[in-house]
Amino acid sequence: MKLAYWPGCVSRGFTPELHGSMAKVAPLLDLELVELDRASCCGAGVIAEHSQELADTLNARTFALAQQTGNPMMMNICSTCQGSQTECQERLDANAEYRERINATLQPDGLRYEKGEVVNKNLLWLLVEDFGLDELRARVRRPLKDLRVGPFYGCYIIRPTDRLGIDEEKPRDRYLHMLIEALGGTVIEYAGQHKCCGFPIITMNKDASLKQAARHLGDAIDAHADCLVTPCPLCHLNLDLQQPLAERYGGRDLGLPVLHLPQLLGLALGLDPDDLGLARHVVKPTTVIDWTQSVVAGVGGGSAGW
Amino acid sequence: MSEFTLRLRRYDPESGQAPYWAEYTVDLEGHRSVLEGILQAKGELDGSIGIRCSCRAAICGSCGVLINGKTGLACHTHLDKAARHAKDGVIEVEPMANMPVIKDLIVDMDAVHWKKIQRVTPWLINKEPIPEREYIAPHESMVDITQSMACIQCGACVSSCLSLEIDPLFVGPAALAKAYRFVGDPRDAQQYERLKDLAEDPHGMYDCTHCFSCIEACPKGVAPMNQIMRLRRVAGDHEIVDRNNGHRHEAAFATLVKGYGLLHEAELLPRSYGGDSWFGKFHPAAGQELLDSLPVITRALLRRKVTPKGALLGHKIPKDDLASVQRIFDAVESRDERDELNLYISGYDEDDTGAQDAGAGGQAHAGNAADQGQPGQTPEESPAR
Repeated sequence: MKLAYWPGCVSRGFTPELHGSMAKVAPLLDLELVELDRASCCGAGVIAEHSQELADTLNARTFALAQQTGNPMMMNICSTCQGSQTECQERLDANAEYRERINATLQPDGLRYEKGEVVNKNLLWLLVEDFGLDELRARVRRPLKDLRVGPFYGCYIIRPTDRLGIDEEKPRDRYLHMLIEALGGTVIEYAGQHKCCGFPIITMNKDASLKQAARHLGDAIDAHADCLVTPCPLCHLNLDLQQPLAERYGGRDLGLPVLHLPQLLGLALGLDPDDLGLARHVVKPTTVIDWTQSVVAGVGGGSAGW
Repeated sequence: MSEFTLRLRRYDPESGQAPYWAEYTVDLEGHRSVLEGILQAKGELDGSIGIRCSCRAAICGSCGVLINGKTGLACHTHLDKAARHAKDGVIEVEPMANMPVIKDLIVDMDAVHWKKIQRVTPWLINKEPIPEREYIAPHESMVDITQSMACIQCGACVSSCLSLEIDPLFVGPAALAKAYRFVGDPRDAQQYERLKDLAEDPHGMYDCTHCFSCIEACPKGVAPMNQIMRLRRVAGDHEIVDRNNGHRHEAAFATLVKGYGLLHEAELLPRSYGGDSWFGKFHPAAGQELLDSLPVITRALLRRKVTPKGALLGHKIPKDDLASVQRIFDAVESRDERDELNLYISGYDEDDTGAQDAGAGGQAHAGNAADQGQPGQTPEESPAR
């Protein structure tokens, strides 16, 4: 499957292991990625807060660049990109006059956004809806047997359900659950799975932000999760990078590894944990991996290898 | 008729007993509401069930509850749909969250919701001098605030708010949407003061985490989070620089995307604290923050998650594309007036040929959308499908 590929900013900035692991996983799934390296930041809702028209124009430019690749499908690997780009696309598609005004701003660069020519899907949606979980099961080399995985979706990819096309036919707010099972893992249901990681207010109210992260991590630990998996690199920043501080603000020990979606996929597809950048996490994924053996789960964690 | 089983969260503080679950099986058609189910249980099975309700038609906002863990109006949720979404086929009904329970499904709205509404001075502070006759307000500006005026004060957004769950002092979505109702009203005399107050409050407009929960929960399409974003936008127009880093964060984000095309995270954090320039990181507030985050920064560097080069230089898109992004910034920011599309007011084009009807800013359908009290959403046309 050939796709226009939008990696986002954070996957190439503070979570380089996400972009890297996606590059490793793609060939194993026969995904040919045409990277949109000329596109700009989606704005993550903050540019829209500053100026809605600016966010809509920048994302219309990204969609227009995706159209130029000739692939009708654009894939992203970030919940926040999915949410903010879908919000812009909804406005662009809803009103032809508005769309024309945005296109007039793009015109000097010879770019133009056309309604209906780009479908923008997160890797998670693409795997379930287009690649297929049966096909994925057939490619699993190392089932995540005995690995207890807590799904953490990120707000932008599950709300609002109307805009994101989530309903009984497309239960996109259950796809991580379905994917973990398809990879042979055990899904851990816990209170925070659909809640907010707190990242957007980390600079405004650090206390509330990190208490949110700490509470969800704690809930998952109490439900006996070995790790969390998230399709959102911004959630990963608060849940992994900031976890030592979240322990301080939340008042309890945590130490729960948080994996990016392509990393979990890669482990099940037989890739080496080192190749997936797991050594780059702030919280060592020792409960997930015995580093000396590269075997998933069931190893007691902590003492072995890394 | 079909049978539906409801599992209600019961609690009577005067009994001295802990809360408990009780199941009731009712016989109703699937398109009947969860509220009718609760009322049948109360009428025929157990008269002691506590539920607050009045209009039964999603107008009065009395019967907010949690149905299968999600906030909504009991009168606005069909039994068959609720049963399909239940984890074991039994419809679970609990009192709303983030507010104390008075009895069973009745929560203390005075203690939380109404206190927060009162916090934002929920009335018009008129301009002086008072005109001899009525105030004249431009039509467009009043259309702009119809969305926040559609609120029925049911408290569903307050119950669903994920920020409030952690920080009970947060002013919250309902009150902030109410605040925009006056900030957006040209007849109000204290727009700046209202904005300044809510920007400086450590639990004010910058405490919203942008989680969309209130948008999802609101039965009337008010989209409180969108109103909060508008408050922030207008506060920016008034150049209100708050002590919570709210404005600095937004300004730094925009400046960095304009400068690099992509987000330069390592610059964003110090600038949010120290000010929106390259020198921001040398401000004492940024230094303090850097010190506080030292354990995290050290580990990120040790694990090669972040390289010193990456942290200093950031990443950029190619030169020509950066020029194109900067041209877009300049074009949009040089406009005299913001070009904003509010889909609650404009609705959606039926098809491209019908676009002329939408008018500039798409206000032709305003009356229709407001009458229904619902955004004209057509999920089938969602661009993500």
